[in-house]
Amino acid sequence: MAQGRVKALFDTGFEEGPAPAAVHFENVGVRYGMGPEVLRDLTFSIEPNSFQFLTGPSGAGKTTLLRLILLSVKPTRGLISLFGEDVSRISKDELTDLRRRMGVVFQDFRLLDHLTTYENVALPLRVQGKEETSYRNEVVELLRWVGLGDRMHMLPPVLSGGEKQRAAIARALIVRPDLLLADEPTGNVDPSLARRLLRLFIELNRLGTSVVIATHDFSLMDQLSVRRLVLGDGRLHIDE
Amino acid sequence: MKQPRSTQPAKPEEGQRPLPASLRRNAPLVPVDSAGGQALAAVIAILTFLAALCAGGAELVATSSSQWRSDIAREVTIQVRPNAQRAIEADVDRAVALARQMPGVEQAQPFSKTESERLLEPWLGTGLDFNDLPVPRLIVIKLKEGARPDFTPLRQALKEQVPGASLDDHALWVSRLSTMANTIIGVGTVLVILVLVAAGLAVTFATRGAMAGNREVVDVLHFVGANDDFIAKEFQRRFFALGLRGAAVGAGVALVLTTIVGFVTSSWRASPAGDQIEALFGSFSISWRGYFLVLLIALAVAVITGIVSRLTVRRFLNENG
Repeated sequence: MAQGRVKALFDTGFEEGPAPAAVHFENVGVRYGMGPEVLRDLTFSIEPNSFQFLTGPSGAGKTTLLRLILLSVKPTRGLISLFGEDVSRISKDELTDLRRRMGVVFQDFRLLDHLTTYENVALPLRVQGKEETSYRNEVVELLRWVGLGDRMHMLPPVLSGGEKQRAAIARALIVRPDLLLADEPTGNVDPSLARRLLRLFIELNRLGTSVVIATHDFSLMDQLSVRRLVLGDGRLHIDE
Repeated sequence: MKQPRSTQPAKPEEGQRPLPASLRRNAPLVPVDSAGGQALAAVIAILTFLAALCAGGAELVATSSSQWRSDIAREVTIQVRPNAQRAIEADVDRAVALARQMPGVEQAQPFSKTESERLLEPWLGTGLDFNDLPVPRLIVIKLKEGARPDFTPLRQALKEQVPGASLDDHALWVSRLSTMANTIIGVGTVLVILVLVAAGLAVTFATRGAMAGNREVVDVLHFVGANDDFIAKEFQRRFFALGLRGAAVGAGVALVLTTIVGFVTSSWRASPAGDQIEALFGSFSISWRGYFLVLLIALAVAVITGIVSRLTVRRFLNENG
């Protein structure tokens, strides 16, 4: 049922979407130092309200591609535009504005160990200068939804891998981003929680967020019939 | 089940438990209170202590020299040298009369022959017959408070009516004293500036270290939408707190030390060494201006710490993309 809902939204989104693509790559290539290109000739778009998996074998460059979208790695060639803006010419303030439209779940979670789970999840709102009273309920509600209601005042070092992952996902979702990038978001959770988290991503997508989930978990991908971006040998193949 | 929540103003929702009060921890986003942060606070405390001592010392000299100059400037001396052809007592009386006629003079007091001879005893010893020595006679003139008379007419009158008399307004001595005091104050000021610069440099290195050590924190802050200014402000807030703590300790120790030294020197006051120290530095206790100066330096160090850390973070972020 969830698949159908996502598919329906996916289809109608394309028909109604005058908005620019959330992400557009045109012949993008990346190399580290003087080494060979790890990614080459990447040309694809991530449309608004779309849902896709990014897959490929380990070391294929999934994380690098996500970092290109996050603008933490600069392409050595090609053109990248985010939400219709050519990122090669944006200022630092514009970069910040773009990042505020994105939520990211890192493979290694990247929670701040000196902040509680609650503070980690509330971090994107705090850096935007919002008052705690304005987001407190929302953060607590989300933490309860991901099963961390009784862990909200604990520091990340005492959380399990799965709990850290859920906290990282909650942090990415709290701002209801226009684009969600998740790197192996279900890698440390059991299958039932993985399904629950996937439902959360689908719900977010239903509310208008474009979702990119990087994974090599075929059982997860098989639960949804959505577009797959497949990386291999540094090139991208798209399974519609 | 509906439960009221006293910890937050939002409207209660169905089935929601009360929120724990510990949510409002408001922890700093950049953890600089590490061992490095404590070391920086210690360095700032030491530098503030040194700067406070320099400033306090300069202020002490400034106050004392001001007193010296005021005292010396209010005193003028006429020296009447003995002359075999003249009656020295009459010359002294004449000089005193001329001095008393001068506007701005409060008192003109001649030293008697015995008093003049007593002045030489520390150098020549007691028991000597001073009748064979041409001991000059001194007249000490005290000026009225704030009076700055022109001594030219008195000099001229003495030259005409009391040959052998000379007037010393101590201008040379005051000038030398001023130069010495100003030099000490200048050196103290330069030392304070150098210490503040050293504090700034220490903060620069510590901030760069903290930035490198918290690279991952900075990356995460960027990814969740923090701009450079937000991150710089966070570092500034943390370093300002560290600087304020270090500066307060340094300034506090300096003030306590000054108070103790002042107390000890006051207990020595009756001894010759105490007299010398008091003659040089006054009572060895800094005035309210001195206390204010020390507190100002502590505040300046804390502000410098905050500003330098912020500028360093901005520069570091610009350099490192």
